[in-house]
Amino acid sequence: MNFLLNKQTEKIIGSKRVKGLLFKDGSKVAADLVVMAVGIRPNVQLAKDSRIHVNRGIIVDDYMQTDSPNIHAVGECAEHREVVYGLVAPLYEQGKIVAEKICGVEGKKYEGSVVSTQLKVSGVDVFSAGRFMDSDDTKSIKVYDDFEGVYKKVVIQDNKVIGAVLFGNISDGPKLLGMINKGTDISDLPKVSILQSSADGSSESPVITVITMANSEVICGCNGVTKSTICEAIVENGLTTVDQVKNCTNASRSCGGCKPLVQDLLEHTLGDDFDQSDIKEAICSCTNLSREEVIEEIKGKKLKFVKEVMNVLGWKNDEGCSKCRPALNYYLGMLYPSEYNDEEESRFVNERLHANIQADGTYSVVPRMYGGVTNANDLRKIADVSDKYDVAMIKLTGGQRIDLLGIKKEDLPKVWAELDMPSGYAYGKALRTVKTCVGSRFCRFGTQDSTQLGIDLEKKFERLNTPHKVKMSVSACPRNCAESGIKDVGIVGVDGGFEMYVGGNGGTHLRAGDLLCTVKTEEEVFEFTSAFLQYYRETANYLERTSKWVERTGLEHVREMLFDQKSRQQLVERMDESLTHTKDPWKEIVENENKQEKLFQNLSSAVPSRV
Amino acid sequence: MERIQVAYINNLSERLGKSVKLGNLEIALFKLSNGEVRAIENSCPHKGGLLSQGIVSGEHVFCPLHDWKICTGDGEVQAPDEGCVRTYKVEIQDEKVYVCL
Repeated sequence: MNFLLNKQTEKIIGSKRVKGLLFKDGSKVAADLVVMAVGIRPNVQLAKDSRIHVNRGIIVDDYMQTDSPNIHAVGECAEHREVVYGLVAPLYEQGKIVAEKICGVEGKKYEGSVVSTQLKVSGVDVFSAGRFMDSDDTKSIKVYDDFEGVYKKVVIQDNKVIGAVLFGNISDGPKLLGMINKGTDISDLPKVSILQSSADGSSESPVITVITMANSEVICGCNGVTKSTICEAIVENGLTTVDQVKNCTNASRSCGGCKPLVQDLLEHTLGDDFDQSDIKEAICSCTNLSREEVIEEIKGKKLKFVKEVMNVLGWKNDEGCSKCRPALNYYLGMLYPSEYNDEEESRFVNERLHANIQADGTYSVVPRMYGGVTNANDLRKIADVSDKYDVAMIKLTGGQRIDLLGIKKEDLPKVWAELDMPSGYAYGKALRTVKTCVGSRFCRFGTQDSTQLGIDLEKKFERLNTPHKVKMSVSACPRNCAESGIKDVGIVGVDGGFEMYVGGNGGTHLRAGDLLCTVKTEEEVFEFTSAFLQYYRETANYLERTSKWVERTGLEHVREMLFDQKSRQQLVERMDESLTHTKDPWKEIVENENKQEKLFQNLSSAVPSRV
Repeated sequence: MERIQVAYINNLSERLGKSVKLGNLEIALFKLSNGEVRAIENSCPHKGGLLSQGIVSGEHVFCPLHDWKICTGDGEVQAPDEGCVRTYKVEIQDEKVYVCL
C-alpha cells in the first residue's frame, strides 16, 4: 500500500469513469475508485502545554471535566468516550452539561450525541446521521431511484431507527434525525412510509412529524432554538414566513438545515393562513419569484428590458410597481453594464431628476467635494448660485459637503450649469461620499494621507450604481475621526498599512463594521474595495445595505470570495467594466435640451378655449 | 364647462408625468403606456406630494414622498391607505391635449 502524503489533487482524470488523479506537482496516479474524506484536527496545544491528558482531543468525563478538576472542555477540542465531534450541535449539548456542573445543578450525564451532517459533495446533497452501516443485528430500508438520482437508506435495530444516509434528496433528514434521537418505535408503521417525504404529496404520511415533537425539542441545532420558542414567536409576532422566523428567533439562520421543519411548524401553527407562496422572499407582490430566481431567469433567457422581464416571467401587474421597477432596472444595469439603457421611467424621482425631492416639492443639490475638500473658487460659485436661485438653506451634510435646499425643479439644470461641479449623487443608490480626516499632511497623529486616499477612492467609484447607497470613509489613525467603523467600507490607516472595515452602518441599522482584512498598500485598498463592492452589487437584494447583506451572506463567505485571488481578480475586472460606462448625469442633462424639456419643464397653459 | 389646452400630445412622454398650473389649480398629466392621457390633481391627499413626479404603472401612480398608490382613472387611493384626488376629463384633438374643468 502506498501513502502519498503532502500531495494536492489538481483534478480527477477520466471522462466516463475515473482513470486516475493529477496532482498539483504534475505527477499522476492511476485509480479505479476515488474516496473523498474531509476531517478536522482539534487544537489541543493549550491543554498539552498545561499537562492535561490529551489523546486525539482533550479527554473529558461525562461531565466534560478533564483530568484536572477545575478545567472543562467542550466542543471540537474535547474527546468524550473516544469520540471527537467536529460539529456544532454536540457543543450545545455539552455546553448545557458543563453549565449545570458550574452552577452546581444536579444534572444529567453526557451520554454522547447522535450527529447528523449535511453537505453538498460535487453538487449532490448528502445527509447522514447515526450508525448507517449494516451489521448482523440491523435491518435496513433502501430506496434507489435512478431517474431522480436519489439514494436513501435507513438502518433499523430492534424496531428503532439508529441511522440514515441520504443522497440527492435530503428533505427527510431532520425527520429521521428526530426519530433517531427519540428512539421512535416503528414496529406499527408501514416501513416504506418512513422514506416518503412530505414533498411527494403524501403529507398525510403516518410518520412522526414536527407536530408530534415535544415542545422542548430543539429544531435548530446550530442555534439551539426549540419548537416552543419558534411556535411562540410565530403567534406573538404574527410571523408568516421562514425568513421572518429566522430573523426573529435565529432558527435556520446558520446552516439552514432545519428550514423544512420551520416551514412545517409555520404551516401547522398558522393553519389556513399559511401561504405557500410566502416561503421564499419574493422581490415584491407582483411576482412569487425571489431575487435569485429573477436574476437566473434574466441571465438564462437573456432578457434585456424591464418590460420583457415582467412579461416573460409572468408578473401579476403588467407594469410592475414602485418596488420592482427600480429593482429590475438596477439588476439589468448591473448584469449588462455596456448594453443596458437605463429606464428613466423606472427610477424613483430622485434618481430620475438627479436631485433630492423635499417635502414641499422643491429639490436639493449636493455637488461633489471629493474627500470633503473644497476651495475658494467652488465656494464662491456655490454662494453665487445660492443668491441667484433663492436657495432656502445652505446646509453642511454629515458626509462633509454642502447641500443647497429649496431649488425649483425647472431651475435644476441651470443651477448645475452654473455650479459646473460634478453631481455628488446625494440622491442615489450609489457611492455617496468618502469622508476623510485631515490625515498625515497636517495631523500630528496621522499615519497615512487619508485625505488624498479618500479623494482618489471617491474619484474611482463615483457614479457607480449599487443596490443601496454606499458610504465610505478613510481615517488616518485608530482615533478614527472619519468614523470608519460605521461605513459600508471604512478604512483606518495604521502604521505601515490599512485596516478595512465593511458592513458598518450609522443609520437605521446601527452596526459596527467587521474587520475584513488589513492590507499594506493603497493599491490593495483599491483592489479589495473594488471586489467587495462588486460582490455586493452582484448578490445583494435591491435596497439592501451592506450591513444587512454582510449579515445575511456571512462575513466568512465574503472573505472566501475576496481572498481567493482568482475570484477577486474577476470581481475587480467586472467592477472596472461597470465603471467605464458611467457619465456625469448633471453634465449630460446640461448638454441635452431634450432631456431638460422632458424631465424638468412644466407645461404652461395656452389660452382657454370654450366649448 | 371650460376646456383648456395644456399641451401638444408630443410634449408628453409615456409614463413620465408633467404638471401644469391653471390659476390656483395644479394638475398632473400622465400619458399611460396604452396612449391614454389622464389628468388628476397634482397633490397627494397624504402630505401634498407632487404626483406628477411619481412612478407610473398601468393606470396607477405612486406618490414620490411616501409611496401612496393612486388610480389616475377615478382618483382613489389604493389600500391600505385611504383618500382620493380630483380627476379631470381629458380631450385630445388635432394633437392638442385639453383638460376640461
